[in-house]
Amino acid sequence: MRPLTVKRLLWTCGALAAVLLACVVLALKLGAVPISVTDLVINLGRIAIGQSDQLPTEYRLIVFDLRLPRILLGIMVGAALSVAGASFQALLRNPLADPFVLGVSSGAALGSILMLIIAPQIAVLSPVGAFLGAIATITVVYFLGRRDGQLDSTTLLLGGIISASFLSAIIMFLMTTLAGRDLRGMVFWLMGDLSTPVPAGLRWIFTAGLLIGIGAIYTTAADLNLLLTGEREAIHLGVDVTRVKLVVYVSASLLTALAVSASGAIGYVGLLVPHAVRLIFGSDYRLLIPASALCGAIAIVLADTLARTVVAPTELPVGAMTAMAGAPIFIYLLRRGLR
Amino acid sequence: MSTSSMQTVGGHGDSPQRVRAERLNVEQASYAYSATAQSAPTFTLGATSFQAHERELVAILGPNASGKSTLLRLISGTIAPLSGRVELDGEETSRLDVRTRAQRIAVVHQESPAVYPVLAGDFVLQGRHPYGRALRFAKKEDIEIARNALAQVGVEHLSRRSMGELSGGEKQRVILARALAQQPRLILLDEPTLHLDIGAQVELLERMRQLAQENRYAVVIVTHELSLAAEFADQVVLLQHGRCLRVGPPAAVYQRELLEQVFEAPLDVEIGPAGRPRVNLRARRGEDAT
Repeated sequence: MRPLTVKRLLWTCGALAAVLLACVVLALKLGAVPISVTDLVINLGRIAIGQSDQLPTEYRLIVFDLRLPRILLGIMVGAALSVAGASFQALLRNPLADPFVLGVSSGAALGSILMLIIAPQIAVLSPVGAFLGAIATITVVYFLGRRDGQLDSTTLLLGGIISASFLSAIIMFLMTTLAGRDLRGMVFWLMGDLSTPVPAGLRWIFTAGLLIGIGAIYTTAADLNLLLTGEREAIHLGVDVTRVKLVVYVSASLLTALAVSASGAIGYVGLLVPHAVRLIFGSDYRLLIPASALCGAIAIVLADTLARTVVAPTELPVGAMTAMAGAPIFIYLLRRGLR
Repeated sequence: MSTSSMQTVGGHGDSPQRVRAERLNVEQASYAYSATAQSAPTFTLGATSFQAHERELVAILGPNASGKSTLLRLISGTIAPLSGRVELDGEETSRLDVRTRAQRIAVVHQESPAVYPVLAGDFVLQGRHPYGRALRFAKKEDIEIARNALAQVGVEHLSRRSMGELSGGEKQRVILARALAQQPRLILLDEPTLHLDIGAQVELLERMRQLAQENRYAVVIVTHELSLAAEFADQVVLLQHGRCLRVGPPAAVYQRELLEQVFEAPLDVEIGPAGRPRVNLRARRGEDAT
């Protein structure tokens, strides 16, 4: 018996937060214009004591107006996608579930694009459209994955993958026929990219949505542990399965929608990060959810730093980096699971 | 009766003077499944009545598709009877909220499939879920109860082993320990002996009888093992095609013609020295010669 204690939870999250902070400093330093850590620390210190007006203009532009917002966006997207992935894995009792594989990301992307076409002047409708798209897709995939009233692992994955490619095709069709309108490019929606900053007016919506989504899922963490052993078992152990499923489906769709409308459909993060966390820290959702959020943030910040630097001065989309790492690991997990 | 274990794993309300208080009352309960609300039912369970007292072991017997699982679901309260009532200590089980129900009724299925491996001790701690709040960090008391539950089924030493590496019999005991950790008044077992060899089957049922005595549970077991039910049950409920044919002690229910007709097999029934019936399969005449 090794039950999770509050102490272990806090220590683990504290350590991961420290790693994340180190990654943020590294990401601020690296890039097309290199910056020394000493400078960075001195200037961060100046900001901390309220002397931000003394920063050199060029420096301020590169580090605090370009790199920092992008890093913060990466943290939010990574946390959102990883927690959404971990949640879908519990709800569907399928270790291969992930917003990208299930098609939820593509659904969110399509919803967001449709809103941008219908009402381009109202920016807030884009995440709303993404949310509706995500909810609609997970509902369809859930019913596609049922066989004789039971969720079937293989059917569910097939349903998800087919939905994803169908929705991607529609996105490609829209992007091709509507080229020239003020929509972000095809690469953004299909691969994911962190180079477009979130409009200032939407930043608080994203932050609030992220915190609410992760918080709501976290309140069900103990229930998710039991749901993993099956719905019937969970009911007999006192879990209000209908309520938990509703809360978690809606929240995970919200998190996916926020991530996708800010950065497009970045793949595999929601799959790989919870798995890595499980291998290191075990599969207790009370630890898995916060640890996945932090590790997801770390993973995206690192992936984006690589995307910015390996082919500098040009950039790769961050989704290309995650897919390069993700696809082989996905195949490995799939083969291990089918054995 | 060991009172020390009663306090930790089964200490419930009733005063000790009331011997064999009635726990479960199933009264003319019926149910019907149908594909849609309008269509004719595809399966019906006719009115069924029986009672289970504390420390009593009731076996629900019948061939496949006789309605055993439906009756079990009615008792567990996950479905409400179409007519009649199912009461535990005077309260209808289907009207209890899911948390209270889990504090009073534990259900043990033949196997507990896990997507990710969990330690046996942590698995037993899941039995404390209906008593906790929010994130349910285990209290000292919960850990004590889980340890006791493991000890009661004799597998304390497995608490740090992963569920995935246990044998069928060991796993069955750990699953049973989780049910004990729920501190229920009623334990329902759904075909618990299906994957066990004969030695483990006998051991499990002996243990259930003993636990029912010690902790004053009522125990209801769904099975199609005629011999085991005859040996261990205080009462037998015999079902066929969704109808309740007989209720009573094994000696009264086990009549050769009745069992042969229900299970569609040639059987011999004899009464053993302890007054319990024994059932043997009688070889068909054609096969005697070969």
